[in-house]
This record gives sequence, structure tokens and C-alpha cells, in this order.
Amino acid sequence: MTENRHQKLGLSDEEVLDMYRTMLLARRIDERMWLLNRSGKIPFVISCQGQEAAQVGASYALDREQDYVAPYYRDMGVVLSFGMTAKDLMLSGFAKAEDPNSGGRQMPGHFGQKSNRIITGSSPVTTQVPHAVGFALAAKMEKKNFVSLVTLGEGSSNQGDFHEGLNFAGVHKLPVIVMVENNKYAISVPLEKQLACEKVSDRAVGYGMPGYTVDGNDPLAVYEAVKGAADRARSGEGPTLIETVSYRLTPHSSDDDDRTYREREEVEEAKKKDALVTFKAYLQEVGVLTEEKDKELEEEMKSLINEATDYAEEAPYAEAESALKYVYAEDE
Amino acid sequence: MPVMSYIQAVTQALHEEMERDEKVFVLGEDVGKRGGVFRATDGLYDKFGEARVIDTPLAESAIAGVGIGAAMYGMRPVAEMQFADFIMPAVNQIISEAAKTRYRSNNDWNVPMTIRAPYGGGVHGALYHSQSVEAVFANQPGLKIVMPSTPYDVKGLLKAAIRDDDPVLFFEHKRAYRLIKGEVPEDDYTLPIGKADVKREGSDITVITYGLCVHFALQAAEKLAEEGIDAHILDLRTVYPLDQEAIIEAAKKTGKVLLITEDNKEGSIIGEVSAIVSENCLFDLDAPVKRLAGPDVPSMPYSPPMEKYFMMNPDKVEKAMRDLAEF
Repeated sequence: MTENRHQKLGLSDEEVLDMYRTMLLARRIDERMWLLNRSGKIPFVISCQGQEAAQVGASYALDREQDYVAPYYRDMGVVLSFGMTAKDLMLSGFAKAEDPNSGGRQMPGHFGQKSNRIITGSSPVTTQVPHAVGFALAAKMEKKNFVSLVTLGEGSSNQGDFHEGLNFAGVHKLPVIVMVENNKYAISVPLEKQLACEKVSDRAVGYGMPGYTVDGNDPLAVYEAVKGAADRARSGEGPTLIETVSYRLTPHSSDDDDRTYREREEVEEAKKKDALVTFKAYLQEVGVLTEEKDKELEEEMKSLINEATDYAEEAPYAEAESALKYVYAEDE
Repeated sequence: MPVMSYIQAVTQALHEEMERDEKVFVLGEDVGKRGGVFRATDGLYDKFGEARVIDTPLAESAIAGVGIGAAMYGMRPVAEMQFADFIMPAVNQIISEAAKTRYRSNNDWNVPMTIRAPYGGGVHGALYHSQSVEAVFANQPGLKIVMPSTPYDVKGLLKAAIRDDDPVLFFEHKRAYRLIKGEVPEDDYTLPIGKADVKREGSDITVITYGLCVHFALQAAEKLAEEGIDAHILDLRTVYPLDQEAIIEAAKKTGKVLLITEDNKEGSIIGEVSAIVSENCLFDLDAPVKRLAGPDVPSMPYSPPMEKYFMMNPDKVEKAMRDLAEF
């Protein structure tokens, strides 16, 4: 009989089911976006597929009423967990005025929504690491109890801002959690050509913080690691580096063709460990999810996403001349 | 009214703003215990403590990036780059992040941060302690670049920068720090960012410049006045975005325009000023727009004769002003 792991972590059946629901929602939105892209309706997609477990596991370990997240472009699971909706994401996909991330100014995947404490991001990678450290510095200065979570890919852990940000956080013992979603590829360049050390988490020692590597396909393992890091951060013990290892199941983006640099067998092998499969099996084995309930969930997702897609497709673009707005503060 | 040096005005503005608003804090290299390598943050560490006067690790991108994060949260960071020359590792944070945050988030997020940096030559600082770097940032909508010339302007503009809801680069001429003194009111005042200032009224030629060169132009103008040449001097104060109205008005006033910068000539701030004048003042001009600037070499050399050759000075300015008056 499968051991009930989530109860040991203090998670109720409802909570793990909700985690699964959010993972599923992220996956199904992502899949829909690919269809919309391939049918010529939206210009660009960048995927979360293969990383939903890490994203949702981490988010649910935080206080989603007060903590801040600085997500990177694959983090659909993070932003959905923090209150963004399918409709919001579709509005972003279609670049419509109502898109809360940017009003259609940025490509999809460039998240940001102040009301949900999702910090705005850009395309140059890793710039968000010092930002999250800055939020953590503000928490310390203002004596607030929030922590910040920043995510990035393993390729990004080579950038100067990774080093500078983690070092700053380590020196000043700031309440920030740095989570590297290692999906084994930086576009086409595999892990072994990105890192000379065995694990991204090996780098933590250089910044005077603990570093952990966990199975990114296991939302409960990620939840446990991030929960521990958040507790440390809130009690003034400083930052933590967490590496979640999974696999990027899609090409880098809708403009990439991954057949040019990796074997199909490798991708098929990774799909067997896909958290959407393995976590679902776990939930079924411990009696939280039934086939019937799963069908219901899938139906719910489908109608939610249909509705979001229709809404976003019909929604107006921002006025062309509004491109001139919000360079600087304006009197409303 | 008390007379103080340019750098004392910097310190006073920081001190007053930190006293006024608890969200204001300082971060940078050596800004704490040491009070800054130029002493611009002198006394702040003792008064406000290490939590608000933060000695950061030696890493400029983090200074800018951590400041941006804190500013997005709602703090008012004043980051110091030890020398303007060392701002380069932070350019991605400043241009890709700070400048674009409001725009890319459709007005959802903003970055109320000030970045101070000493710039300019004439202090035997060689290539990497002498540069004028404003042109690097002066085609980045979303940023404001302030370069004051007098202690009075320093205090009023630095306070305005700290209170501004958008990122401001505040470049202080390091040779002006102790060379330039002036009257500074003790009371709380701000000066408008984006507004140029007439530093001398005149009717024969117009000089448009900023920073230390304003003083060179003022000195030259006094000499030329004895020869009957009456110079009108406009201090840009904010070099980005430019005060077009003031530039056009000043150019039309005399019809003879000399633009001066200590920076390399090509692609500098004054090239843009020249474009504004030519687009708007063709029929008011009595001479071609003239530019006086540093040579187009990478930076200022260390050896004194070469440094002097590169550096702007009152004699070069006086000659250029006289030549234009005689055109």
C-alpha cells in the first residue's frame, strides 16, 4: 500500500487535490496555447510543461496571502497558485488590453501582477534574482514577516546576477528562497555544458546558505523543501538555494525545434516521470482522487479554458496610441 | 544663507531626506562606516545606523538590482556607484529593468530609486575614474538623468530625485565636489527635474551646457563681457529628457549657439541639443550650431599633459565663445 506522504507534511486531502488541480490547469492552458499558436491565433508560447510540480509545490509552501514571488517565464504554475486566472493568461497570450501582466505590451510568460504580489519580469534572464533579494531586504528593514521566492532556470544560474544576488542575500541574511528549476536544457545546450559542478545546489556553499536538490517531479518533495526554507527565512536564518530537477517536455518555445538537438527517446523516457502522471497515480493510490473526480476536473478545466480563450479572443486590444503611455508617472 | 561645497550639499540633501522619510535608505560600496570614498555619505552611518546606510558587497549589478527590488516594494533607495565608470556592470539592471518597469507592467509597478555616481575628469583619475557616462543612458525612455552644476541645484534636485516615482540617475561632477561652493538655503526645497535654468542672461551668444562646464562658461563670460561680448548661459540640469522649450528659447534669444560637454563629442548629449535647435530654430540662427567637446578617444589618459589636452577648461570655452561671437 502506498504511504500517505502528504498528511505527514501537514497537508490535507483537499490541499493536495487543489495542488493537483492547479498543476493540471497550468498544463491544459499551456497545451491550449500551443494549439492556438499552431493555428495562427497567437504569435508565441513558452511552456511550463514538465515543471508544474515544482512550481505548484513551491507556491503552496508559501503564504500566498503575503509572500512575494519573482517568477521566470515558465512559471505558469507559480502565477496560477498566486491568484492569476486562466482568463488573465489567455488575455496575455492574445496580447489584449485587459492582460493584467502588461496590457499586451510584453510577450506571454512575462508575468507580473501587483495585486497578487507577482513581481514584473523581463526577458534578459536572472535579473529577477537581485529584485527578489531587494524585496527580502525591504521585509527585513520594515520588520515584515513576508519572504520572497525567486525562480530561474539552471542555465540562468551562470549569470552574474545569480552570483551577485545570492551573495548579497547571504551576507545580509535575507528572507529569500532561490529556486532553480533545472529542466536539463538551456534552449539547446544540455546541463553538462552549462555547469562544471554536479548540482546547481553545490553553489550554495559559496554564498553561506544551505543548498538542496530535490525531485522536481514530486510536488510534495518540493513543498517540503520550500516550506523548510520559508520557515528558516521567517525566523531570521536567511536564504536558501533549492534546485528542483525535472525535464522540459516541450521545445524551448514555439519558435524552437528540439528535434535538432535531442533524441525523441529521451523525451519519451522523461514523459514517464511526468508529475501529471505520477502525482495523479499517487493521489489515486492514497484514495484522494478517483477516476470519476479526475474526469470532472478535466471537464472543469476544459470549460474554464474554453471560456477564457473565447473571452480573450473577443477582447479588444489597447488603443495603438496608448503605446505612448506610462513611460513615467502620469497624473490620472 | 550658509555657503557650502557641492559635496556638502549632497550630504545635506541625503541627511534631510532620510530624516523626513523612513523609507529612504542608502546602499553602495564604502558608504557606511567610511562615509563614501568621497565622503558624500559622511555622518549618515552614525546618525541612521547600518540598517539604513548599507555597505554592500562589491557588486554593482546587485547594488542596482537589489535597489530596484526594494523600490518596487515601496522603499526609496539611494544607491551609490563609487565612480560613474563602474556603473557598467549595472547597465542591464538600469536599462532592461529600472527604465522599463513601469512601461512593461502597464503602470502596475514602478521603481522610485535614485542612483548617484561621481563622474568627470580633471582629477588625475585616468581612463576609469574620469568618464562622463550620461550618453549611455540618454536614449532610454523611463530614465531621468540629472547633472547639477551648483550646490543649490544639487540639494534641490537630489531631494526631488529621491521623491520622484521613477528611476533617476544623479551624476555629480567629482571635481566640483570641493571646487564649487555656493549658497544653499537651510530649509527644505526641491527643484523641478526636467527644467533647465538660465545661469546668466545675455544677448550676443547662447551657451548651452551642464555640470562643471557651466562654471567654465560663466568664468569665460565674465572675461568676454569686458570685451563687450554678452553671453547667455543655459544650464540643462536634467540632460534626459531634455527641456526642449528652454533650449529653443535660449537658442532664439541670440541666434548663435555654442554647446559644450566634457564627454566625447560624437553621440553625446549636445548632439541631441543640436538636433532640437536645428529642427526648431533655423530662421533664428545667425551662425552654424557649434559643439565644443572632448575628443573621440575612449577616455581621459593619466599623464598630465594628455589629461589636460582632453579635459575641458575655461580657456577652451572662452576661445570657442569668442570665435562664435565673431562669426
